[in-house]
Amino acid sequence: MSTTEGPTIELDGEVVAYEPGETLYQIATRARREVPTLCYDPRLEAFGGCRLCVVEVEGIRNPVASCTTQATPGMKVRSSTPALEGHRRTILELVASENRQIEVDPLSGHSSGEFAALARRYELRPGRFAGRKSGASRHDDDNPFILRDYDQCISCYRCVRVCAEREGDYAISVVNRGFATQISTEFGGLLKDSACTFCGQCVQTCPTGALADRKALRAVDLPEPIAKTRSVCTYCGVGCSVDIVTKGERVVGVQPAMDGPANLGALCIKGQFAFDFVQHDDRLKTPLVRRDGELVPASWDEALDRAAAGFRAVVDQHGPEALYAIASGRAPHEASYALQKLMRAGWGLNHIDNCSRA
Amino acid sequence: MSNPLADMEKPDVIFCIGTNMTECHPVAATRLKRALAAGARMIVADPRRIRLAEIADLYLPIRVGSDVALLLAMAHVIEREGLVDQDFVAERTEGFAAFRDHVRAFTPEWAAAICGVPAADIEQAAIWYASAERGAIYYTLGITEHICGVDNVQSLSNLVLMTGHIGREGTGINPMRGQNNIQGAGDCGALPNNYPGFQPVDDPRNQEKFSKLWGREISAERGPTKVTALAGAGDRFRAFLIAGENTVVSDPDRAHCEHALRSLDHLVVIDIFPTETAMLADVVLPATSWAETDGVCTNTERRVQRLRAAVPPIGMAKPDWWIIAQLAKRLGFAGFDWTGPDQVFNELCSVSPIYAGLDWDRIDRGEYQWPVPSRDHPGTPILHEGSFPRGRGLFKQVTLRDPAEVVDADYPVWLTTGRRLESYHTRTQTGRAAGIDYLLPEEVLEVHPDDVAAWRLVDGEKARMSSPRGSVTIRIKATRRSPRGTVFCSFSFDDTPVNLLTGSGYDPITQTAELKVCPVRIEAI
Repeated sequence: MSTTEGPTIELDGEVVAYEPGETLYQIATRARREVPTLCYDPRLEAFGGCRLCVVEVEGIRNPVASCTTQATPGMKVRSSTPALEGHRRTILELVASENRQIEVDPLSGHSSGEFAALARRYELRPGRFAGRKSGASRHDDDNPFILRDYDQCISCYRCVRVCAEREGDYAISVVNRGFATQISTEFGGLLKDSACTFCGQCVQTCPTGALADRKALRAVDLPEPIAKTRSVCTYCGVGCSVDIVTKGERVVGVQPAMDGPANLGALCIKGQFAFDFVQHDDRLKTPLVRRDGELVPASWDEALDRAAAGFRAVVDQHGPEALYAIASGRAPHEASYALQKLMRAGWGLNHIDNCSRA
Repeated sequence: MSNPLADMEKPDVIFCIGTNMTECHPVAATRLKRALAAGARMIVADPRRIRLAEIADLYLPIRVGSDVALLLAMAHVIEREGLVDQDFVAERTEGFAAFRDHVRAFTPEWAAAICGVPAADIEQAAIWYASAERGAIYYTLGITEHICGVDNVQSLSNLVLMTGHIGREGTGINPMRGQNNIQGAGDCGALPNNYPGFQPVDDPRNQEKFSKLWGREISAERGPTKVTALAGAGDRFRAFLIAGENTVVSDPDRAHCEHALRSLDHLVVIDIFPTETAMLADVVLPATSWAETDGVCTNTERRVQRLRAAVPPIGMAKPDWWIIAQLAKRLGFAGFDWTGPDQVFNELCSVSPIYAGLDWDRIDRGEYQWPVPSRDHPGTPILHEGSFPRGRGLFKQVTLRDPAEVVDADYPVWLTTGRRLESYHTRTQTGRAAGIDYLLPEEVLEVHPDDVAAWRLVDGEKARMSSPRGSVTIRIKATRRSPRGTVFCSFSFDDTPVNLLTGSGYDPITQTAELKVCPVRIEAI
């Protein structure tokens, strides 16, 4: 990288160029340093709350939070030293001392494994600290979507910040201080009585599983491993990128794609939580044909033959002008393309529309 | 949309009209909220005090169906105040002189009496929008689901052309598409007037191209719209193939629609659920659903993206393209020998100029927004940068028309219908998702509290709502989201079939139903 065109810093002895305005954390991450964080979400304003991302800067006595410190030309920065690592480990042990469990099921949410991953990386010593605990779980909130297990909360405020900065709903905030700190809706009520729209953004940014996806967690006992498949949401026309979460052949949840071009990690209640229609018992599982006035199951061959024969009979009697097809705005391109081709290449007619006029 | 979703964070003045975006396109709305947080100003015109209205800098609670009056008056103010972008008008448009003369008659005071909002607010909206560095318009079905839907869109287009708020970052005229692939259905040619890629069927060059490609003469006549076809069902039209639409519940005038489908000789439905519509069919063919299907969809910003199967199909369900191809083969048609969705999509790309630069592999990461006319083209996030499809943008002299039906002594209340955050259309999907009932157990009719009292209704109790086409019973919910004299509900719940009431009229050009305006009578029961 050229060092003559723009400003540079010295990072762990290596000269690194940066764009004016970049923070030390952004520069270090780009330079492949694994600086630990808990309160950081690249979509949010830097917060500087967890103090894990501290780095040493020459000329400054105490370590500084890299996420809130902008680079200045010629800064000499150390991202990892025995002192920093010890400091980080102690912070993590303090945080861990307040939580009932460190490892949580990855179905909890997109970022739910962050704390556990750091706990493993820093080989936390259990029981080093003991004492008071902040955050009390809201077992009374019976909403079917968002588990509010604040015993696991580490006061990183990512949920509060994503709700304000990204979703713009300001449904939750922080009340009290110190060990009395609690994430709360206004007046401390249930989410459904607040400005919450159940978009799930708080769940997906939570690094400990304190906020968790209740619907996905229904599948916690399924034995198969979790798999994720990148797709696009099935509901409105915004086209949010999602990861469909599966266990074996079961769709168990949806997580937003943080780099989805249309949504940048956001979803709404429908995209986030209304996925289970896919494997609902009401799904049509076989073709049906009407026999003696009733729709009864049939083989594909029988149903397709019946469908084709019906069209042929109408064409024989009334001509192809008596046919019409309606395509779906819900099915993929291949469905609409095939259907319009059937009408045009098959019968030479433009007797095709889609559901956009309804 | 003329502009990408990312541009929604960039305007300094936002004008939303007829869009309940926080409920219908919630993730797009988050971008508008971020624009507001960064200092943008927002004007919202909507009959209902929706969430967007609450966070707007200027809210215009216009009477249902009065959009044209508002927009004419805004054009009047922009012209009167000397805020027309003269350079843009000279370089990019035509018909301005006649339009300028036309709008001089439509003062804010004239519009105020029709729309029911203060003339000063109309002036303020016009001045803010026209004075913006980057002004952007967002609209949805509140603009199009009227008998004057085309007039409404052309009125917005006039404002855009006067101010030059088009073809640049953070500007534009931006309809928010409602279904995940409704844009794609049009892209693919599932339209009576266009081949794939919006190539008009009545252009002889297109007729020749496709007749040659597909080995048979194809009519150069525009097909009938769905509305015309349903009206002629059982008469001119004898057999329907309906793929993935719950026509009976989603369409206006349900009794008429159900009768139409029942009177067919042959009805084939492809769907994922036994919908109310499928239950009328002679043959029902089970399609694979989202999460079971590999395919392509196009979002509201014309971004072409991949859908991927995550689980195997349920039961014997098959992809739509396979079902249609099997049917075509049984009918003896050639050209349906696809063995995978990639072949279908690649064939589409080969016949559609706006997809000419795309194929199955190139859209893997969803980077392209059409048109992508060649392999070396980066896609087109912003439309109309240098010129319009017809060359110069044309000013249209729009005039105000009343809705198909207006309130009178028998039907004294305006009903307007729409959607709610938690449910999707006819609830075939969200109605089968666990937990949604917790937030939205049933449909309610939103009525202003003073009207609840004046009409002797009881909040939380059921009432009868009637139009000339039918009546439904529905639970009353007192709320100041509704203005006096106007009520709202969604059409999502089959047990509150509000589309028994709607269907008073259709736009003469698009044949879109006037679902946003329906005079009704409401009585306690």
